[in-house]
Amino acid sequence: MISIRDLHKYFGALHVLKGIDLDVQKGEVLSVIGASGSGKSTLLYCINGLEAIQDGAVTVDGTDVHAKGTDINKLRQKLGMVFQQWNSFPHLTALENVALAPRIVKGKSKAEARDIAAKQLQHVGLGEKLDVYPGALSGGQQQRLAIARALAMEPEYMLFDEATSALDPELVGEVLDTMRLLADEGMTMICVTHEMGFARDVSDRVAFFHQGVMEEIGPPAQIFGDARSEHTRKFLANVR
Amino acid sequence: MEPTLKFFSGFAPNDLWFMGEAALRTLWISVLSISLGTVLGTLFGWMLYEGRRAATLTLAPVLDVFRSVPLIIQLVLFYNFAPIVGLNLDPFASGTVILTVYTAALVANVARGGIEAVGAPMRRAARSLGLSYWQDLRHVVLPIGGRAVFPSWVGVALGVMKDSALVSVLGYVELLKASQILITRTQEPFLILALAGAFYFALSYPVSRYATHLENRWAQ
Repeated sequence: MISIRDLHKYFGALHVLKGIDLDVQKGEVLSVIGASGSGKSTLLYCINGLEAIQDGAVTVDGTDVHAKGTDINKLRQKLGMVFQQWNSFPHLTALENVALAPRIVKGKSKAEARDIAAKQLQHVGLGEKLDVYPGALSGGQQQRLAIARALAMEPEYMLFDEATSALDPELVGEVLDTMRLLADEGMTMICVTHEMGFARDVSDRVAFFHQGVMEEIGPPAQIFGDARSEHTRKFLANVR
Repeated sequence: MEPTLKFFSGFAPNDLWFMGEAALRTLWISVLSISLGTVLGTLFGWMLYEGRRAATLTLAPVLDVFRSVPLIIQLVLFYNFAPIVGLNLDPFASGTVILTVYTAALVANVARGGIEAVGAPMRRAARSLGLSYWQDLRHVVLPIGGRAVFPSWVGVALGVMKDSALVSVLGYVELLKASQILITRTQEPFLILALAGAFYFALSYPVSRYATHLENRWAQ
């Protein structure tokens, strides 16, 4: 379980997250929606310790992410993350991209790491592209490569930071399909997204962020059909 | 009858050996200095990138000095003043020290550029996979940044190899010094300087060809 308690985050004088309280249970798919600059992405960065926090706490399965004694590199193996920009390692083939972390972080042998990587690439539909360099892949394929790369560490949670925002419209579908597949397999996911269809169809809960505050959270039917907050209704009216 | 002693004699095949040997010394001092200087310069580049106060306040100005003062002045100063502080180095060692520091000063900027070229998002992605700071540096930043600045580094390396000719002022018999010795004896400066140039070309050309080959392979 991921537990967030009274989380405050500042960038200099800018108060980006203003006291967030949130629990994400194992197996749950949570979509986080809201306007740009509402703090959604920052929330993900705080969950896996890529950003320091100024107050409050984030715990993952009871481990305090931001505590001094926490082995953050070990904890991050539980938390796969996929970014808006796919950040494929350009000097490695698709297979090597995925095999790198299992080999050097988990100490798997070359052969084991290759097997894991091949399996995960198959999983995201890139079984034909094992020996291709990222430069020869489309954006959608690179983003699926990034998903495979995160999955190869056998994470218990997946964090998606606007995974489809940088893609050409015709490539969005294949990435969303892969995310759906993971959700169906029971992966615990937090998806910061602008894809309202995905949020409505796939999520167990949807959280709406507004200016650093979690305005409301609830089942998709309630958020999309009967939002309590004025801000939520306004936002949804505009994105449709 | 020959009334005078013969001071001058023509260019002989043996002299080619003499120049060949000297070219090997040029190669040796260059390879040594470029290797050491690259390691040291990469370390400096990383320190500058990390931008700790101590590095920017002390290291950056020192490197600026080594980059700005002509190499020949550095060599002469170091060779003549090092003994005062008890360092009695022969011309080869003095030349190697100065060429190494000079290379490091140039490589520091190249290395910093390489780290910057990788960019924060790529490094965050690597760290999110569980890579430690050092694993990220070794397996992501080094190969990606290294490739990005490889052409600049080759430029530095070839430059330093040619600049190693300046070590001749300390009396180290590398290619240029050997040529001067032969010119004095044979009085055939055109021939010998042309030969020396050909030797430098023969040292540089394979390096630059191989570098181009690598770049092409990486560009795939």
